[in-house]
Amino acid sequence: MKAYDIVIIGGGPAGLAAAIAAKKAGVDSILILERDKELGGILNQCIHNGFGLHTFKEELTGPEYAARFIDEAAELGIEYKLRTMVTDISPEKIVTALNREEGLFSIQAKAVVLSMGCRERSRGALNIPGYRPAGIFSAGTAQRLVNMEGYMPGREVVILGSGDIGLIMARRMTLEGAKVKVVAELMPYSGGLKRNIVQCLDDYGIPLKLSHTVVEIRGKERVEGITLAQVDGKGKPIPGTEEDYDCDTLLLSVGLIPENELSGDMGVEMNPVTSGPKVNERMETNIEGVFACGNVLHVHDLVDFVSEEAAAAGRNAARYVQGGEPQSAGQVIELQPVNGVRYTVPCTIDPEKMDETQIVRFRVGNVYKNMAIGVYFDGEQVQHRRRQVMAPGEMEEVKLEKAKLLAHPGLKTITIQVEEA
Amino acid sequence: MYDVIIIGAGVSGSSAARELSRYKAKICVLEKAEDVCCGTSKANSAIVHAGYDAANGSLMAKLNVQGNQMMEDLSKELDFSFNRCGSLVVCIDEDSLPDLKALYERGVKNGVKDMQLILDREEIFKLEPNLSEKTVGVLYAPTAGIVCPFGMNIAMAENAATNGVEFRFDTEVTGLHPIAGGWEIETNNGAYQTRCVVNAAGVYSDQFHNMVSEKKIHITPRRGDYCLLDKKAGKHVKHTIFALPSKYGKGVLVSPTVHGNLLVGPTAIDIEDKEATATTRAGLDELIEKAGLNVKNLPMRQVITSFAGLRAHEDGHEFIIGEVPEAPGFVDCAAIESPGLTSAPAIGVMVAGIVKDLLQLEDNPDFNGTRKGILDPDTLTTEEYNALIQKNPAYGNIICRCEMVTEGEILDAIHRPLGAKSLDSVKRRTRAGMGRCQSGFCSPRVMEILARELGVSMLEITKSGGASKLAVGTNKDRI
Amino acid sequence: MEKRELICIGCPMGCPVTVELEGGEIVNVTGHTCKRGDVYARKEVTNPTRIVTSTVMVEGGTADMVSVKTRDDVPKGKIFECVQALKGLTVQAPVHIGDVILSDAAGTGVDIIATKGVEAASA
Repeated sequence: MKAYDIVIIGGGPAGLAAAIAAKKAGVDSILILERDKELGGILNQCIHNGFGLHTFKEELTGPEYAARFIDEAAELGIEYKLRTMVTDISPEKIVTALNREEGLFSIQAKAVVLSMGCRERSRGALNIPGYRPAGIFSAGTAQRLVNMEGYMPGREVVILGSGDIGLIMARRMTLEGAKVKVVAELMPYSGGLKRNIVQCLDDYGIPLKLSHTVVEIRGKERVEGITLAQVDGKGKPIPGTEEDYDCDTLLLSVGLIPENELSGDMGVEMNPVTSGPKVNERMETNIEGVFACGNVLHVHDLVDFVSEEAAAAGRNAARYVQGGEPQSAGQVIELQPVNGVRYTVPCTIDPEKMDETQIVRFRVGNVYKNMAIGVYFDGEQVQHRRRQVMAPGEMEEVKLEKAKLLAHPGLKTITIQVEEA
Repeated sequence: MYDVIIIGAGVSGSSAARELSRYKAKICVLEKAEDVCCGTSKANSAIVHAGYDAANGSLMAKLNVQGNQMMEDLSKELDFSFNRCGSLVVCIDEDSLPDLKALYERGVKNGVKDMQLILDREEIFKLEPNLSEKTVGVLYAPTAGIVCPFGMNIAMAENAATNGVEFRFDTEVTGLHPIAGGWEIETNNGAYQTRCVVNAAGVYSDQFHNMVSEKKIHITPRRGDYCLLDKKAGKHVKHTIFALPSKYGKGVLVSPTVHGNLLVGPTAIDIEDKEATATTRAGLDELIEKAGLNVKNLPMRQVITSFAGLRAHEDGHEFIIGEVPEAPGFVDCAAIESPGLTSAPAIGVMVAGIVKDLLQLEDNPDFNGTRKGILDPDTLTTEEYNALIQKNPAYGNIICRCEMVTEGEILDAIHRPLGAKSLDSVKRRTRAGMGRCQSGFCSPRVMEILARELGVSMLEITKSGGASKLAVGTNKDRI
Repeated sequence: MEKRELICIGCPMGCPVTVELEGGEIVNVTGHTCKRGDVYARKEVTNPTRIVTSTVMVEGGTADMVSVKTRDDVPKGKIFECVQALKGLTVQAPVHIGDVILSDAAGTGVDIIATKGVEAASA
């Protein structure tokens, strides 16, 4: 069996950043396994601009952002296999994969980085009634058809869900000659970034209907129309509010789900809120030497933060295989999301093993205006930061200083919450 | 002139076609859809019933028990998935226990073997831990099972085709009339002449019957909505769980599928439109409400898709199989509703027997009753799999990541007899697109493979034939 | 005095920015958290511009399409014309990131450049 120090599952932005960081930290034996025909993951089909402001201080398109990392990985001589599907990872870190050239093969890894990304929620998961005609696509599938293959999935489009991919595709389809009639969002707020509402919908006069959903799909062979209805506070359609739209296409942008079948099968413990692994301050899962980063861990809205988080996972994986992890008495501080904070990444922190600064990322469960984020060490307030607007579509963060955690010996719980400003 | 024309390539028509291919005859199947298994046969509970439901002495009862008994051997001969997982009828109400007993007795009279009436709760929960806490008794039928409805239908049709039966797809029968020595069948693709007609037209079988008979029959399309759950929920129950109707309502079945998912359904909603396979909000809501009646902690959040099928419910609730007396050479295989799938093997034999006698057919010495399905690499050892990939690298290329379907399997599905031409026909043969992402990932890839292999443009590829085109143009073509 | 409420698209933070105008002249910009917000707001009320991204066909490459963008912002009113200018355009592989696909798109003076590399397919 071949052996590598670090095997990275997935060569998208997370896997690339993890590999580069691990290599720079001194580990030479690294292998990226990628199922597609090229590195870069979903960025290859995200041809719009808006990536990299944080990382490169300039605005790049998805393929350009990916290329920076792909080029760097190439310069560093990082090994990778394309068109290779990982079928199994054992708790002993034996990675089994499949491709055309080598067939089914196994690799023994000392450390594994999980960076498989996420998939789109489907119509089925929403249980939208109606026929099952052609013309219902997830926004990402439509994005692939238009941007990678050059095919129009439809002429007259209704989009359900205001996730970023849906908003981006509203503009894309419009520019390529389709008519996007409306974007409907079940929640009373958009699931996407504000800038995308401005530059993808407002710029083109595409209406956004909040608190609306699709209640009927017409057409047996190809979509012929859909019916929208307003929903009440519980998301139930309100009779009498139905509006019919003639269209040949329904795009769905109704959420992303971390792709954790491999992780679950190997025994990685999951956070039911994120559908991603529970990780500690080093992005390590409950299985020693197995790290997670990017959208497989929790769904991000900015690739820059994926790269940052993945680099940390890569560095920590390197440290793990080098045996360079700091000594620790084994103190575990729980991070507790409450009052509107839905989850945190990481879930736990060992103050002796953490970096000098730890970024804790999370999402809130509602739209909050002129509120604040509060951080408490065993009930004692240590941070209070005002936020003009917080929304579920936008990831929030707080920074924790190692010195401050060490100054609280015996600290058990760090609580993070939304509170009055 | 054909000897036999079968209207409908569903499971009944395909079974009849295969059984008839045992004889020397020129046989053709006319199907209005683009593929076999496009009507009732593709959207049902996929259950092989034990046979205690149908009335004593009915044709339904007889063919159900026969079909059940034939299923195991047939699944091996034709290489489709079948699992005799057993079924439980669950009683959650003391007052209804006599009904459970009556069901048991009916089953015994119908010839159902090995049934047990279990009233001991400890024993019940040992058998099936996730039943409702209210459970007071179950009827256990170990002979019941689950089958891949597509796999079975496709296997029968493929085997019939291999044995010389012709199939005409996208061919809708619009009328028929007697001619000298047989029948002329009008279709959207011209007329066909045949000595004998088999009416296996599912929900439309009343229309064809009524064209030739004064004794009218009436089929009500009875819609059943279903939810299919992720494989993560697939082991929630081990047996097919039926609900005994009680004061709590009629309930729905909860069953594992041969592919490891969990199926919940069906509703039973009588409708008029024979094409109305749309699920409705009310139907799905009813399903969710009823699903938990007999099985506890059902993870309904794990639904990956919902669908509806139409049962061909005849007013008399009995299979109508036989030559129509006033229409010599016109053989009904009509009103095939549940347990039609279970009965299909026996229905095929019965119909073929009738036609054989009518036409005095001789045995076909070249008949080969075995068929190999699409190879599932999962069934191979690592060594065998690697040898396969070395020979055909397409088996090393995963196209559907949810169901782990390789390009090799998809190519096989396209190029074998009655090969797949659309996304859905690939799906029914290989499971590509049937997983948790519901084809989001693989559909553009399967479209590309179809276009390449069939030598057509991506713009010609459909979801399920007809007007179900997937891509409608190219970028900027209308600006 | 006229007030315009904008959402800055300079970065994903999406700051709400208020521009105060007096007789068409900008007198005050508030609400932005960085300089980019100020620049965006001033431009948005006078001469709004956008980067345009699209795709063009590739011949003889390892992919059939290559993604492209305007090298700089173009006036909002010129977005559709820029895309139209790409209609029917096919480029020959290999393509490199930054290669000019179309110069001076729709009279904007801005070039359209490739944002992805496409290698030539091995014959």
